[in-house]
Amino acid sequence: MKAQLEAIRKGALDAIAKTQAMAELESLRVKYLGKKGDLTAVLKQMGKLSAEERPAMGQMANQVRAKLEEAIEAQSVLLSQKALEAKLAAETVDITIPGKKISLGHKHPMYTVLDEIKELFLNMGFEIMDGPEIEQADYNFTKLNAPENHPSRDWTDTFYLKPDSSVLLRSQTSPMQIRAMETYGVPIRMISSGRVYRKDEVDATHSPMFHQIEGLVVDKGITMADLKGTLNAVIREIYGPETKTRFRPHHFPFTEPSCEVDIQCHKCGGKGCPTCKGEGWIEILGAGMVHPKVLRGCGIDPEEYSGFAFGMGLERLALGQYKISDMRLIFENDIRFLEQF
Amino acid sequence: MKLSRKWLQEFVDVGPLGDRDFAEAMTLSGSKVEVTEDLGAEISNIVAGRILSMERHPDSDHMWVCQVDIGEDSPVQIATGAWNIHVGDMVPVAKHNSTLPGGKKITRGKLRGVLSDGMMCSLSELGLDERDFPYAAVTAAALLNDYHPIDPEKPSIPAGVVPGHKIYGSVRAAFVTKVEALGDGQFTVSCDSGGTYHTITTSLANIHEHDTLALDTKTEHICTLADLHAEQREFPHCIPDGIFVMREDCRTGDDIKPVIGMDDHVVEFEITPNRPDCLSVIGLAREAAVTFRKPLKLHDPQVTGGAEGILPELLDVETPDPDLCPRYTARMVRNVKIAPSPKWMRERLRASGVRPINNIVDITNYVMLEYGQPMHAFDYRYVQGGKIVVRRARDGEELTTLDGNVRKLNRDMLVIADDTRAVGLAGVMGGLNSEIVSDTADVVFESANFEGSCIRKTALALGMRTEASAKFEKGLDILNTLPAVNRACELVELLGAGEVVDGVIDILNNVPQPVTVGFEPEKMNRFLGVDVPEAEQRQTLSDLGFGLEDCTITVPSWRSDVEHWSDLAEEVARFYGYNRIPDTLSSGLNERRGWSPVQQAENAVGALCRAAGYSEIITYSFISPAYYDKIGLPADSPLRNSMKILNPLGEDTSIMRTTTLPSMLEILARNYNFRNKSIRLYELGRTYFSKNDGSGMADEPKVLSLGAYGGGMDFFSLKGAVEALLDGLRITGVRYESEKENPSYHPGRCAKVFSGETLLGVFGQIHPHVADNYGVECELYTAELHFDALFQCVNGKPLYRPLPKFPAVTRDIALLCGQDLSVGALEDCIRRGAKGLLRRVTLFDIYTGPGVPDGKKSVAFNLELRADDRSLTAEEADTDLKSILDLLKTELDAVLR
Repeated sequence: MKAQLEAIRKGALDAIAKTQAMAELESLRVKYLGKKGDLTAVLKQMGKLSAEERPAMGQMANQVRAKLEEAIEAQSVLLSQKALEAKLAAETVDITIPGKKISLGHKHPMYTVLDEIKELFLNMGFEIMDGPEIEQADYNFTKLNAPENHPSRDWTDTFYLKPDSSVLLRSQTSPMQIRAMETYGVPIRMISSGRVYRKDEVDATHSPMFHQIEGLVVDKGITMADLKGTLNAVIREIYGPETKTRFRPHHFPFTEPSCEVDIQCHKCGGKGCPTCKGEGWIEILGAGMVHPKVLRGCGIDPEEYSGFAFGMGLERLALGQYKISDMRLIFENDIRFLEQF
Repeated sequence: MKLSRKWLQEFVDVGPLGDRDFAEAMTLSGSKVEVTEDLGAEISNIVAGRILSMERHPDSDHMWVCQVDIGEDSPVQIATGAWNIHVGDMVPVAKHNSTLPGGKKITRGKLRGVLSDGMMCSLSELGLDERDFPYAAVTAAALLNDYHPIDPEKPSIPAGVVPGHKIYGSVRAAFVTKVEALGDGQFTVSCDSGGTYHTITTSLANIHEHDTLALDTKTEHICTLADLHAEQREFPHCIPDGIFVMREDCRTGDDIKPVIGMDDHVVEFEITPNRPDCLSVIGLAREAAVTFRKPLKLHDPQVTGGAEGILPELLDVETPDPDLCPRYTARMVRNVKIAPSPKWMRERLRASGVRPINNIVDITNYVMLEYGQPMHAFDYRYVQGGKIVVRRARDGEELTTLDGNVRKLNRDMLVIADDTRAVGLAGVMGGLNSEIVSDTADVVFESANFEGSCIRKTALALGMRTEASAKFEKGLDILNTLPAVNRACELVELLGAGEVVDGVIDILNNVPQPVTVGFEPEKMNRFLGVDVPEAEQRQTLSDLGFGLEDCTITVPSWRSDVEHWSDLAEEVARFYGYNRIPDTLSSGLNERRGWSPVQQAENAVGALCRAAGYSEIITYSFISPAYYDKIGLPADSPLRNSMKILNPLGEDTSIMRTTTLPSMLEILARNYNFRNKSIRLYELGRTYFSKNDGSGMADEPKVLSLGAYGGGMDFFSLKGAVEALLDGLRITGVRYESEKENPSYHPGRCAKVFSGETLLGVFGQIHPHVADNYGVECELYTAELHFDALFQCVNGKPLYRPLPKFPAVTRDIALLCGQDLSVGALEDCIRRGAKGLLRRVTLFDIYTGPGVPDGKKSVAFNLELRADDRSLTAEEADTDLKSILDLLKTELDAVLR
């Protein structure tokens, strides 16, 4: 009997060690340890043994069982490990195959630039106002102190919707200054952007419809130094902290003093090159202190309140930021263009 | 405005300042420099040279080989084909390695085997013409040794013609034995007309020893081509052109640039419309003087006068329309000798972009440039009745202006007239009938002030904006007319161009009142945010010509742009330097700040569209009326009632859109033509509807348009995007109605979308006819959603609903129903049939085919039933389900399959 047990132990351990699959292992477990298995069969013969032999044989049988169970468990861990490895190997993918496409839409590059500017001013405590594009000449010109004979009033320059020149497509966002002051009074800190219209034929740098962004601050004690500080802060946000600016006297009917603001040409660093037409500087916006006549026209006392206003063209800004060579691309809306941004 | 640096130097000495520094400083003080031109930039290595000798070229019948002294150790040899030169002439010599205007380079070379060490230059090669140097005009004799018959078989003049040969009449061939240059373009020519010897003085410049002339032996006149009725090609080298033979004060070897006035630098300024005073040399000189803190040297014109006659007897001026002619000043000049003006004047005119014409006309232009006051000169003999009337034109009155065009005038225009007719268009251009011509003897100088907007409208109406009208329309200094006319008369005397009659006619209809402004230096500093000392402020203002008396500032007559202390602040600031003003940030916050609710919704709409894969476009607000036909709008559609632009760029951009659909379709079609395969686009753009309240103003509602084609696009893909958008905006109660009436859409694939009773918009497949109108062969899909309606239906912040604690029971049902029954109707019926436990209905299959009778379809839904407070039993769920099925049966005849 002892020899039988020893044979079972040896035979089983060998067989277990050779198994390649879980099913194989399971059938071995049944073969040796099952109710009708080899070990059970041996134990059934225990009755025939003497009382002296029985405990020793029983102990030996239990040892064999324990040994086999241990071996089966160990082999099982080994086999499932192997099985997992095989599965993972089989599941390996070519990670260079492109991902499944999720199409996201693209914001128009010009509105991306616009939104950046809006955020800048919102962070400085400004509000954003919106107003009509079909506008009264009164707001587009007269209340902005534009003389009756100002050339921009000509039918060759501005689109009109009434024969008496009283209604037009706004040629600038500046009428929003008047609307802001008339609607809300003082103090005011606002920007307004939108479409404006001028009678220019379409070419690489012109469009009869384009976009401007306008700003207005009116409060007690606003100075020209505030104008400079605000615009310089904004320009450095847009063009980078190292940007050099210069403020040049200019003339607008609705500001006094007036200025244009140039940034130093990024291409040549101010030496003069084709990009800046040899000037070393590129004009980016117009600004000034709100004209006392404009304030008074809106019921604001220029002896008590002062303010500054500014305006800039958006297309040129976007063209410059993204190095877009032709303004026509902005309004062409070719998806191959839009998808680049 | 072009400014000659040399001319400027006469009024203010800014020192030896480079162009760049000058431009920078002027720009920063308010006179923006556009560009600076060095007139002689392209000219290098060209000097004055004197011709020492001339030999005929051994290998050419028309060239000369000259030895020229150019002030160096030995003369240079130059070969030329020009015939107007003579020994002793001073000419411009382009040396080896020199450059000429237009980028032309001259190097040493051989001409027909003979060394030519440079080139002698003509006027045009130096970038000049005869107007710059009238004396350099060449008149050529017809030289018989240059005769080339048109028909070699039938020459008019025989080859090898001998002296004395009869050409015609008394004209004989004559052999030149000697030519002597007398200077000033005159020559003595000795010749032999066949035994008879002549010595003739002539200005014909192309005659040399051994030439053969055609000489009228009776009059001793040397024939030109015109005299012989010959064509140029018969005498190819006897041309009215040649080397510029100079009569300037220069020596051999001198650089040519100062000799011909090309050493000047011309600065072009952009002058803003509020500063017409800067459209003059003096105005800019004043700005330069203050910019560089240098004295301004003004000059008071001195006129000797004394010409015969008494002015009021010679000339009478009336101004019946004083409002249009605030001032009229005139003087007279007699015994005028019309001639070219002197070189210095011609140079300054040319540098300023004005062509020299003759002394009198040049003086008017010179004064206009110097003083900024337009001047006009009339020929007195054509001023009939000795009377000038400045009046409105009569309707239909005609005037031929100096440019030769006949102008039809009307009552809104101002003319200068004599007793009978108009002789000039006031402030714009003179009349041809009183033009200064070569035999003009008496001249009237007009220096007037006309009302700006009248001149502007006239120039605009006639399409003839001139230098003068451009100045007048900005409003000129009324006090400037007198000094200007006196300056013109002074120049007449200086040039010896005539005799000035004593006295001035000066009609002043509007005596200008000086403007005064209180001087408050503290206030200006506060306003600017600077601390400019009062003394500096005063200095700047007084240098600019402002009168200062204690605290009152008198604005000079030429500065009509200044009327308020803020204007003075600008004057102080721009000379203090805008860039010296510190940078500060204003403090203070607004009640209204940050994105408004509407702006937030706009931002959300854009973000949702992009998340759904749609890209943003920007389209024009104006469209063509024909676009309404293209999208199939019926003739009576109210959408055709667009606001019209009265002066559009073209038909295509002539009306304001009432719908964004054509704009979107245009862009889809464009992408289709670009062969872009799959397109998803959106635009949040305005439409425009007249308010019809008499104001002319518009309602400008925004429309969100989506447009798509390709990439598996179909109705339900678009509907999915619309659903996602509405969901993202938290718009609830959404329902859809089929739309069969919209003419732009496929009648079976178009839906209107509502939130409750609010119509949000329409979407679907574009009608194939419409797509065809755009030349697109694939299915186009668009949505048009009204932004205002979307915004109105946006729900506020969502509130948390507890997550289910108890499990749901699900039931799948397949319903057999009529083929035309909509899924929406089934779904609606299911919801109404439930007794409160139904939580979700999900369509998962629609089937027709084997197993389903004809005319029927099978529609399968997954139903989810749940109670919030307990686990449902199967029985409870089945009760609800039975109620649902009963309603489906009775209402829609839909039964379980």
